[in-house]
Amino acid sequence: MAEAQNIPAGSTTTGSIAVAAESTVATRMSAPPSYDVADFPVPHGREEEWRFTPLARLRGLHDGSAAAGGPDLKVDISAPEGVTHELVDRTDPRVGKAGKPVDRVAAQAYSSFEKASVVTVPKETVLTEPIRITVHGEGGTAYGHQVVELGAFAEAVVVIDHTGDAVLAANVDFLLGDGAKLTVVSVQDWDDTAVHCGQHNALVGRDATFKSVVVTFGGDLVRLHPRIDYAGPGGEAELYGLYFTEQGQHQEHRLFVNHDTPNCRSHVTYKGALQGQDAHAVWIGDVLIQAAATGTDTYELNRNLVLTDGARVDSVPNLEIETGEIVGAGHASATGRFDDEQLFYLMARGVPADEARRLVVRGFFAELVQQIGLPDVEERLMSKIESELEASAA
Amino acid sequence: MATLEIHDLHVSVEAENGQREILKGVDLTVKQGETHAIMGPNGSGKSTLAYSLAGHPKYTITGGTVTLDGEDVLEMSVDERARAGVFLAMQYPVEVPGVSVSNFLRTSATAIRGEAPKLRLWVKEVKEAMERLHMDPSFAERNVNEGFSGGEKKRHEILQLELLKPAIAILDETDSGLDVDALRIVSEGVNRVRETGQVGTLLITHYTRILRYIKPDHVHVFANGRIAESGGPELADKLEAEGYEAYVKGGTTA
Repeated sequence: MAEAQNIPAGSTTTGSIAVAAESTVATRMSAPPSYDVADFPVPHGREEEWRFTPLARLRGLHDGSAAAGGPDLKVDISAPEGVTHELVDRTDPRVGKAGKPVDRVAAQAYSSFEKASVVTVPKETVLTEPIRITVHGEGGTAYGHQVVELGAFAEAVVVIDHTGDAVLAANVDFLLGDGAKLTVVSVQDWDDTAVHCGQHNALVGRDATFKSVVVTFGGDLVRLHPRIDYAGPGGEAELYGLYFTEQGQHQEHRLFVNHDTPNCRSHVTYKGALQGQDAHAVWIGDVLIQAAATGTDTYELNRNLVLTDGARVDSVPNLEIETGEIVGAGHASATGRFDDEQLFYLMARGVPADEARRLVVRGFFAELVQQIGLPDVEERLMSKIESELEASAA
Repeated sequence: MATLEIHDLHVSVEAENGQREILKGVDLTVKQGETHAIMGPNGSGKSTLAYSLAGHPKYTITGGTVTLDGEDVLEMSVDERARAGVFLAMQYPVEVPGVSVSNFLRTSATAIRGEAPKLRLWVKEVKEAMERLHMDPSFAERNVNEGFSGGEKKRHEILQLELLKPAIAILDETDSGLDVDALRIVSEGVNRVRETGQVGTLLITHYTRILRYIKPDHVHVFANGRIAESGGPELADKLEAEGYEAYVKGGTTA
């Protein structure tokens, strides 16, 4: 089911489906997950999990030299009534419960933050308005930790917006009680100088539904790890991602879905467009179906649209299956240039090349945006894409 | 009156071992109001002619001229040709994921007409054109050609023909893959456009079946990269009876 087509020069699309072989997922890590930064050696760049990342541009987040300081990062949380917000120590049992840091930068963040922020939606509370978390940098270096907890059968939408300039390593935990429904939209709309690394762990309760929409438009370097674990059977995770990587930007999304529980579902769709010299997008999609996870249904898809020469995509889907008793498992990755045949068809109807290109990019993303199912989020994303397209045409 | 003049057209494509000449000197004049059927066996170069006229980058023009009312078509980009009045109904229309039919049609009509059609009139115009082609209104919300059946793709091409009102319409095997009902509906669409007298039609086909619905003024047999014989509608009857054998015998396609 691996698929790779129309790969332009300067891209890699590799994929593998390993069936009960040695754990390729485990071998991606140079050290076991840990909360303690001292457990991770300083990466030198040749490790599997670091080989695509320009370490020199991490501004010291990876080697301990990035001390928190400079202008404070402004974090504002606005939540509807019924939601509680508190600052807690790392000893709080909720902090880090959703997953251990898997690389040195995530562990650095975990070891370095002062207080963790915890937002709680009590059980059976159904919010009609989203919880908004805005993170704005003014050029400082910061470490952070955010927890979003939903009690059983609670329903909420959380929108996290990142803007401005910062060097930031921050992890986010999502704890979903049984039957809870959480949608998280994380927008990385940084200035072109920002560096942002983070691990987003979701622990999906029994029969709970987690939907994540990760949108990366800005930053000099953005490197995120959306990760899913299931706390009980019947959990469902839908992971959408959208990135628009421009000249000189490095945007890396490393997903991991750990199916260790029966009858859970995961569906991943990430799409990116790239343009400009040295625009570099990396997508890693690891799915592990453990022997106990019978009845698993998973599919992951990554599509990239390369609009100009000089851009590079590395797309690595990886599916590891330890049981045959599943509903379905598959992945697809394709990196295409803006298709000459599509261009011809539109031009043959009188549409100039520039406009045809915009129409297709808009279409490429609209297809994903339409699946999100939240009209105001959809509208906002499409208008953001429009402005990116206009900026790039100017 | 619009006239498309093709003179001594030579066209090559990139092949494994260098350039391969497909069109070997095509001469043809199509005037507004006329219908020319171009018939020929597979591999004779009919589709190459269609795509070369529309300006597909895969084809290299190595000789000859194409003019529309004296203007050099070969100098024009693909979109300029379309705006000048050349329309190609494709044999294999391309899927454009994420772009809805209604968005596509309006963008295209805006480009061809030079201004955005007034929304209310436009909606009515599209709705009526779709009804005439027996297309469900939900069609407008689907993505261009995505998941369309063969018949739906062809109807969508003819819908564009009706809306864009070109001076020259090139229909590349529009009949292929259609059942009789779909063929009749599509042909009626073509005939509605022809009856305006405003379009010169180049009907490219392998089979004579479509000529029962769309009556050509001229029939040309295409073989080995050029027009081998021209005549009136009676030539189609001869082809129906005798096939293409007389034209391909001794001819090489490579």
